[in-house]
Amino acid sequence: MIIKGRIIKEGEAEGEALVSTKPIAFLGGINPKTGIVIERGHPLEGESVSGKILVFPHGKGSTVGTYIIYRMKKLNTAPAAIINEYCEPIVAVGAIIANIPCVDMVDISKIKSGDFVRVKGDTIYVNE
Amino acid sequence: MLNGEMGEGVQKAMEIIVALGKIYNAKELIKVESAHISGVSYKNLGDEGLEFLEEFASMGVKTIVEATLNPAGMDMESWEELGFSREFAEKQTRIVKAYERMGVKATCTCTPYLIGNKPKFGQHIAWSESSAIIYANSILGARTNRESGISALASAITGRTAKYGLHLDENRLADYIVKVKCDVKGVSDFGALGYLIGKIVGDKVPYITGIKIADLDELKALGASMAASGAVGLFHMENITPETKIKKMIKDHAEEIEIENLKEAYETLNYDIREIDVVSIGCPHASIEEIRKVAYMIKGRKVKSQLWITTSRRIYDEAKRQGLLEIINEAGGKVIRDTCIVVAPIEELGFKTLATNSAKMATLSPSHSKVKVRFGSLEDCIKAALSGVWNDN
Repeated sequence: MIIKGRIIKEGEAEGEALVSTKPIAFLGGINPKTGIVIERGHPLEGESVSGKILVFPHGKGSTVGTYIIYRMKKLNTAPAAIINEYCEPIVAVGAIIANIPCVDMVDISKIKSGDFVRVKGDTIYVNE
Repeated sequence: MLNGEMGEGVQKAMEIIVALGKIYNAKELIKVESAHISGVSYKNLGDEGLEFLEEFASMGVKTIVEATLNPAGMDMESWEELGFSREFAEKQTRIVKAYERMGVKATCTCTPYLIGNKPKFGQHIAWSESSAIIYANSILGARTNRESGISALASAITGRTAKYGLHLDENRLADYIVKVKCDVKGVSDFGALGYLIGKIVGDKVPYITGIKIADLDELKALGASMAASGAVGLFHMENITPETKIKKMIKDHAEEIEIENLKEAYETLNYDIREIDVVSIGCPHASIEEIRKVAYMIKGRKVKSQLWITTSRRIYDEAKRQGLLEIINEAGGKVIRDTCIVVAPIEELGFKTLATNSAKMATLSPSHSKVKVRFGSLEDCIKAALSGVWNDN
């Protein structure tokens, strides 16, 4: 399956999809040292986002989340790429300063956790 | 800029501006005349933010428009005598230095409009710091969205912002008409009113009627609390704010609401405490008039609790020149530069209870600094400072 989105941060990456139906807060929601989701009750609680193609509706929470994304990149715990339904500024700016490919305007219900996903510019290849 | 011909840092800054333009469906980029940048306190930024700012500065980026800086987490000079730790001070200093290397003026104030970064009516600017944004939009009639620290920095470096939101005429019209039916007097009342309006209108634009007179300190307090309890970026006040004097600033089907009294705000923001560790005046940063009022009230007396008046370096120097600093210091009060109780790590300083005339501070401090708060007039706050306890009248 090939899906077209909108480029927030141009780039290329591939990996296993990790899909959340709920928004993600990077500050307080993920431990930047491990890349593991720590928000209690979150659908991805306990899962590692490191190296994954992280798929979620949009970001939420503190704007400091932007810097957490940057920190995760430095610590090699960041996702390989981010796919959103609609990207908001916390995630957008975080992806840009951390050089993480980011695409939005995507119907994320078409992607399942465990799918092999490749992101190239505005194009998303799912199990292709 | 987007292709990297001006270096990686400028490219990143431009990517940020373009991405925000996409997210908010802007048709074009416009030039900005000024930037004001939040995201300075080490308490909020942490090592992540510090690391990013130092690397960004190392890429050689430079601001190309007037750019001022929000408060830091401490007085950049007297941190040691105020009890800040060396580690905090060291990291805080590195953050401010990184901004300075990029060409940002280390003003360390949330009231840049009181010290020279004062945009003109109709100018497009890129400001962060919610209280400064709402002041610039509403009272000065300049135009800015509610930028984050990093997007404001990107605008300072590129001289551009995306044209959407409050840059556009149609989005500056009010969604709500707020009819004020009670007396509103002094900074704390205006703050209380702002608290109530912000709760109701959220991120929409209110048009306030029923206020005949308001000074700049009162308007500063009104906007600050509206932007803290809600996410208001612009308000209008009939015959007082500049855009209302030029044309009708209300949408056709604006919803009407009435405010009968301010009781709910005072009740919600007040905790049941008596002993006061610190009385805090200057959120947003105190003007010279506010410092003068405090000086007259405590002249020749002694405070029992701590009294912190937070302001900018520039206003501090002015207060010193006018002899106000000496009066306050003699009474045992402190005028503190570059920071405020919201962004300073006051838990580390051992404060557990606080009194303030700022509704913004009363809104934020319980969650942000884990203190219990008394909120009331300047007179009540100074009484509490002199006696060490809060007395309900």
